Amino acid sequence: MEASRVLNSLISGTVGPVMILVSIIIMIWYAGAVYLNSSFLIDRYEKNNIEWTFSQLASDSWSMERPVLPSPHQIAKELKKTIWDKKITSPRSLVFHSRVTLSSAMVGFVMGTFLGIVLSIGIVYVSALDRTLMPWIIASQTIPILAIAPMIVVVLGSMGVIGLIPKAIISTYLCFFPVVVGMVKGLRSPNIILVDLMRSYSGSKTQVFWKLRLPASLPYLFASLKVAIALSVVGAIVAELPAGAQGGLGARLLSGSYYGQTSLIWAALITASVISATLVSIVGRMERVVNNRMGLQI
Amino acid sequence: MNDSSSIKSADSSIIDISNLCLTFETQTEPVHALSDINMKVNSGDFVSLIGPSGCGKTTLLRVIADLEKPTSGTISVEGKSPNQARLDRSYGYVFQTPALLPWRNIEANIHLPLEMSGYSKDEQKSLSNQYLSLVGLSGFEKKYPWQLSGGMQQRVSIARALSFDPDMLLMDEPFGALDEITRDRLNEELLRLWEKTQKTVVFVTHSIPEAVFLSNKIVVMSARPGKIIDVIETNFPKDRTFDIRESPEFLEVSQLVREGLKEGHSDGS
Repeated sequence: MEASRVLNSLISGTVGPVMILVSIIIMIWYAGAVYLNSSFLIDRYEKNNIEWTFSQLASDSWSMERPVLPSPHQIAKELKKTIWDKKITSPRSLVFHSRVTLSSAMVGFVMGTFLGIVLSIGIVYVSALDRTLMPWIIASQTIPILAIAPMIVVVLGSMGVIGLIPKAIISTYLCFFPVVVGMVKGLRSPNIILVDLMRSYSGSKTQVFWKLRLPASLPYLFASLKVAIALSVVGAIVAELPAGAQGGLGARLLSGSYYGQTSLIWAALITASVISATLVSIVGRMERVVNNRMGLQI
Repeated sequence: MNDSSSIKSADSSIIDISNLCLTFETQTEPVHALSDINMKVNSGDFVSLIGPSGCGKTTLLRVIADLEKPTSGTISVEGKSPNQARLDRSYGYVFQTPALLPWRNIEANIHLPLEMSGYSKDEQKSLSNQYLSLVGLSGFEKKYPWQLSGGMQQRVSIARALSFDPDMLLMDEPFGALDEITRDRLNEELLRLWEKTQKTVVFVTHSIPEAVFLSNKIVVMSARPGKIIDVIETNFPKDRTFDIRESPEFLEVSQLVREGLKEGHSDGS
């Protein structure tokens, strides 16, 4: 009886299931750390003729200097060191690097959203653009971003454009696509009766856009923005890889892999995903506010 | 039988249609939606278009509203082309579904046509109040469409069509999706509205009692090709109630309409 109640309270709600999932992931992670780091450690034990037990192996594999897979507490320590203990202006602070990445991601996101909306309006209102533009837009996304990012950085660099802008452009390149796809669908979403209704009021194209098509497209826009804002962070990080290490989470990843400091890489990755998740949830919150104002939810 | 001379003098006619045909070009074969339509609607008439599905009654209404272009023939609405009449906002159109914008509350939905014709905010407010009370929905201003029943939503849609005071009300099976009880009530309300506002109404339906109860002129149509079989006039008092549905005259007119529909059916098949 008592046990089933405890179980019930664990699996209902959000906190319980999330905690269970996180602990399962952490357990798998520790096991994975032992598995991946063991071959190196066993080699060393055998070279030095050291007797070893499994518990010895486990504790060693969770405290290596340069593990293949660092254990969660090592990453946590790295995160604490680089987020709390360093001054945020220091180039060794993850806050500093996050700010660099975040600023280009945000500029890219704003530009990508703007570009996406403009293109979608063009596609919906100009039939020539509808036929010609979409294949190019889709083609643009079939090129791996890793291949095109260095070229954009190099080309723009040779034109004297350096710093934030080239990185923001790569974010833009990733961001605009979901916005175009979502907005084209959204602007076309009003059913024929509503279009006829506007026509019966002899509504102008501008009126139909502002009073019907745009508000009808907002749910689609927000779905796209959630994808786009996460992509903007990916774009910014990818853009930092070839840019040389002036800063940013991408530069951090790169230097981590140069020096074999895996915990540094993982700390940067976790920071990046926390940033993305936060951004997505901010968009989600904006969506709820807009929905409430539009009376679409209770 | 179809005979335009049975319709009163042309002087007061607000809709004048002669020899109108409409053919939809489809990929397989042309569909003759309307064939040789001759019809006059006088100012203040309540005209019902009745016929089986596919007889083009909705298409005819859409031609009047300039939502569809005829292939041949002439049509004038208030002495103008339908296009001009639409641009002048001569009619309010009520669709089969309420067609309310889900993101606007009831009041704002009624403001929509008013905003588009450039009424001031104060005028919008007072007109929406006036017409919501006319359809018995005062107090629902701030509700959203999904919070209202289907019948209430359709009443909002009627209020919206009336709000900018057009001369005509074009209604395309507005109560077709409602249950019988709601439909009866709205029929009576619509009759009151017609009496009060003196609008010309063109009303598409496939319900014989609805057509007979509401109209002073019933246009019976048949399908494939859509054409007019008969025009039946009724003489019920304007302030009629549902009691007349039991009267011999009502049954007589209903019988006429039914025969017309049957005739059209045997012609068509």
